[in-house]
Amino acid sequence: MRKRKKFSIPSKYLLLFLTLLCIGLMLLTFTTDMATGPLRTVSNYVFVPIQKGINQIGWWISDKKENLADLKEVRAKNQELQQQVDELTAENTILQQDKFELERLRELVKLDSEYSDYQKVGARIIGKDPGNWFDKFLIDKGTNDGLAVDMNVIAGGGLVGIITEVGPDYATVRSIIDDTTNVSAMIETTSDRCIVQGNLQLMNDGIIQFSELSDKENKVNVGDKVVTSIISSKYLPRILIGYVKEINPDANNLTKSGTITPVVDFEHLEEVLVITDLK
Amino acid sequence: MKRTLVVTVLIIICYVLQCTLFQSLALASISPNLLIVVTSSFGFMRGKKEGLIIGFFCGFLIDIFYGDILGFYALMYMLIGYGNGFFHKIFFDEDVKLPMILITLSEIIFSFVIYFFLFLLRNRLEFPYYLVHVIIPEVVYTVVVTVILYRIILWINRKLEAAEKRSANKFV
Repeated sequence: MRKRKKFSIPSKYLLLFLTLLCIGLMLLTFTTDMATGPLRTVSNYVFVPIQKGINQIGWWISDKKENLADLKEVRAKNQELQQQVDELTAENTILQQDKFELERLRELVKLDSEYSDYQKVGARIIGKDPGNWFDKFLIDKGTNDGLAVDMNVIAGGGLVGIITEVGPDYATVRSIIDDTTNVSAMIETTSDRCIVQGNLQLMNDGIIQFSELSDKENKVNVGDKVVTSIISSKYLPRILIGYVKEINPDANNLTKSGTITPVVDFEHLEEVLVITDLK
Repeated sequence: MKRTLVVTVLIIICYVLQCTLFQSLALASISPNLLIVVTSSFGFMRGKKEGLIIGFFCGFLIDIFYGDILGFYALMYMLIGYGNGFFHKIFFDEDVKLPMILITLSEIIFSFVIYFFLFLLRNRLEFPYYLVHVIIPEVVYTVVVTVILYRIILWINRKLEAAEKRSANKFV
C-alpha cells in the first residue's frame, strides 16, 4: 500500500471549479484589458523556442530540396539574366533621373508620406492558428524587438494584418482575410471610403469583400486600387490592400459592395514586415 | 508524477505540431485537430477527471496564443474531456470502434459549438457552406490522423499503467 492515501477532489467539483474559472477569465477579458502578462511570458519561453526549432528543420529541408531542383535551372537562367542586367542598367539610369525629378516634385507638394518612410522590422512566421476557422499567425518578434499591439504588418507591398497580442519574443497577427477583421479603406483614385471585411467563405478563394462604398458618380471601376483610409484609427494611411475585383450596387441604391483581390499571397506567406510606427 | 510529465510533453508536442507542421500539410487549407484526439482519448481511457484536466490545459494553450477571449477554448476542451470520461466504464483496451466513434463525435460537437458561438452569433448564416468546406473536411482529416495518433496514445498509456502497477506492487 501507499504510505498515505492521497487526498483527491471528486471530478464533479473540479469540473465546477474549472468551469467557473474559465467563465471568470472570459468575463475578465471582456471587461478589463487582459491580466495575462505573466502567463504569456512563461508560455513564451516554453513554446516559442520549440516552434522556432521545428520551423528551422522545415526550412532546412525545403532549402536543400530547392537547392537541388534549382541548380540546373539557375545555370540556364544565369546567362539570360546577364543579358537582362545590361538592359536594366540602362533602364535604371533613366529611372534614376526620373526618381530625382519625382523627389523634387514630391517636396514641392509636401507629399512625403509614402510607406517607404516608415520604420520596419522583418519577422518570420513560426506558427498558425490551430483551428480552421480563423486566420491568425505567430511571428518570431515581440516586445524585445520593439513591437506593440496595433502595429500594422505588411508583406509584398500590401497590408497583411495587425498585431493583436504581443509577448516578449512573439506576436499574434490577425490577417485582413480573417473572418473577424474590418479595415477602413478607400479607393485610391476617388478617395471614396469603404469597409473591407475578411470572410471565411471568400478566404478559400483568396479574395476579400468590401461594403458601404458610396460612389454616387459611378467613378470606381474594376481594377482600381484599394488602400487603407486616412481616417482609420489603427491602420496607417495609404497602405495598399488590393484591387477591386467586382463591384455591385447594394439594395438600398446608395452604397456599393463587392470583392477585392488582395496583393498579398496569404497562402504562401513566410516573412512579413512590421511597421513599428503607430498611428 | 511520471504520468504528469509524459502527458505534458505529449500535449506540448501535439500543440506545436498542430500549429506548425500540420498547418503546412493542410489539405485544401484544412488541418486536423490533434488536441481533441488527445483530450478525448485520455477522457475515455482514464476517466472524467483526467479528461477534464488534460482538456483544460489543451484549450488553455490555444487561448493564450490565439484566443480572443481567454478561457473559451479551455472550457470547451474541458467539457469534451469530461464528457468522454462517462464512457470510461465501457471502454476496454482492444476495442477500436468506441474510440473512433467518440473522437469523431467530439470533433463534430467541437466544430458545431465553434460555428455557433463564433460565427452564427456574428450573423454568418451560411451554415451549409461551413459544413461542407470546414467542418466535414476537418472531421475526416482528424479521423485519418486518429488512426495513427490513437495507437501512439494507447501505447503510451499502457506503458504508463504498467509502470504504475509495478511501483504500486513494490510497496505491498
